[in-house]
Amino acid sequence: MTIAPPGPSRIMLKQTALHADHVRLGAKLVDFAGWDMPIQYASQLDEHHAVRQSAGMFDVAHMSAIDLHGTRTREFLRHLLANDVAKLKPTGTAPADAGIGVGKAPIDAGIGIGKAPIDAGIGIGKALYSCMLNPQAGVIDDLIVYFVTEDAFRLVVNAGTTDKDLAWIRQQAAAFAVDVRHRSDLGILAVQGPDARAKVDALLPSALRSATAALTPFSAAWSGDLFVGRTGYSGEDGYELILPHADLVALWGELLVAGVKPCGLGARDTLRLEAGMNLYGQDMDESVSPIECGLAWTVSFADADRDFMGRTALEAQRESAPRKAVSLVLEGRGVLRAHMPVRAANGAVGETTSGGYAPTMKGSIAMARMPGVAQGPYEVEVRGQWLPTREVKAPFVRHGKVLV
Amino acid sequence: MSKTPADLKYAKSHEWVKTLPDGTLLIGITDHAQAALGDLVFVETPKVGRKLAAGEACCVVESVKAASDVYAPVAGTVIETNDALGENPERVNDAPYDGGWLWKLQPDNVADVAGLLDADGYVATLS
Repeated sequence: MTIAPPGPSRIMLKQTALHADHVRLGAKLVDFAGWDMPIQYASQLDEHHAVRQSAGMFDVAHMSAIDLHGTRTREFLRHLLANDVAKLKPTGTAPADAGIGVGKAPIDAGIGIGKAPIDAGIGIGKALYSCMLNPQAGVIDDLIVYFVTEDAFRLVVNAGTTDKDLAWIRQQAAAFAVDVRHRSDLGILAVQGPDARAKVDALLPSALRSATAALTPFSAAWSGDLFVGRTGYSGEDGYELILPHADLVALWGELLVAGVKPCGLGARDTLRLEAGMNLYGQDMDESVSPIECGLAWTVSFADADRDFMGRTALEAQRESAPRKAVSLVLEGRGVLRAHMPVRAANGAVGETTSGGYAPTMKGSIAMARMPGVAQGPYEVEVRGQWLPTREVKAPFVRHGKVLV
Repeated sequence: MSKTPADLKYAKSHEWVKTLPDGTLLIGITDHAQAALGDLVFVETPKVGRKLAAGEACCVVESVKAASDVYAPVAGTVIETNDALGENPERVNDAPYDGGWLWKLQPDNVADVAGLLDADGYVATLS
């Protein structure tokens, strides 16, 4: 067999604040979008199962938080994003001073028990998943937007797209006088799994803990620069925490002691694939519209007057799009991978965009991009053989249960 | 540090060969190889009866990350395969030199084995 030689020098790669911890834990590191990131520690399968069954944590500090400020921020986002931030209503519980950012957080708002400052303002806001489109309705990036206050929203965007996202957002924001700030002073830690929230809650300052324990899915609570979103990329319950790098490293250490398993990008990929979630750059990019990659549900056409970027091009696809995404389960043995040829029963051809072994299902699954006219069943070519598959409706797995 | 038993012969392409008392050969992949691949989830062994040329790609091991070819270290005929790997491919990770063997070969020429690397020679190729 052939083993890829170690990659070129890692010296040029960026490192997160946890890099030394990854090395100490014996992680295998790979170049991911210019960052030296753990793909796995001891076993990718064990890491996957830990998230399905208990709790795992992922260093995702290569991703970026971007804060938007200005009285017209909501109006700006209703133009920028294909989903509609009008859905993000104020919860009414956030005190006026519970904004995020400079000067609002007591410096000692540590993450250890009992350190909660009495006067910490706790904020709560809803989150929304959306694509950010170009005028042709191609996906520039997919992101999560959090409501903070009426004049402040937070975005979380992908690592590999951060630079182009910032350039695009700043260009679009100028007309709305919205301030765009890349929060490179903050890192992101995902803690996922059925036990994840309880493990994290136990380590939060008591005032914030009360808020996070009561969070509904896809909402966030924060105190100063410690921001806790009940969101994720695994198909399990859990949090994505955004916090200063030093606090992130400290929290990682405490969660390690609490038995939360460090997980690499390999497990993150098999978890998101089972959850039927797209990966930017693989299942979608600027040549694909959200309708064509299974994300029509994230596009809001409800307000006919909302002139969002890409709308005109998308309207033309509402009845029938040139391409569509299909979710496939391999019937027999073998492993589907990305970029394998797919043929439909009616002769249409396409290819898999993501594929792999699904540890929870003990089988193989894939997402494929096919012409809109394709009619299954579908076969996938694996090393010269056409293997039968079963078309299903994603997700494949959710909350530990196989759904297909 | 990966294990490289001294009583086996090796190919640069990370296969090991064990000569059995009856002159047939047991073949698998090395500890170094399984560690580099990560968790194996699928193994496709060659068909019994297939004639293999030395260096021929004849077996596929798939990990969570990727599919990799395994090559015949010497020429011969496949006489048995490790059927247990169908249900338990992780045996290759857990016991690469034992329960994780891949196939048994009747070599065309037993002397070919002498031309393979010894443990030290194989380890030298890894650095």
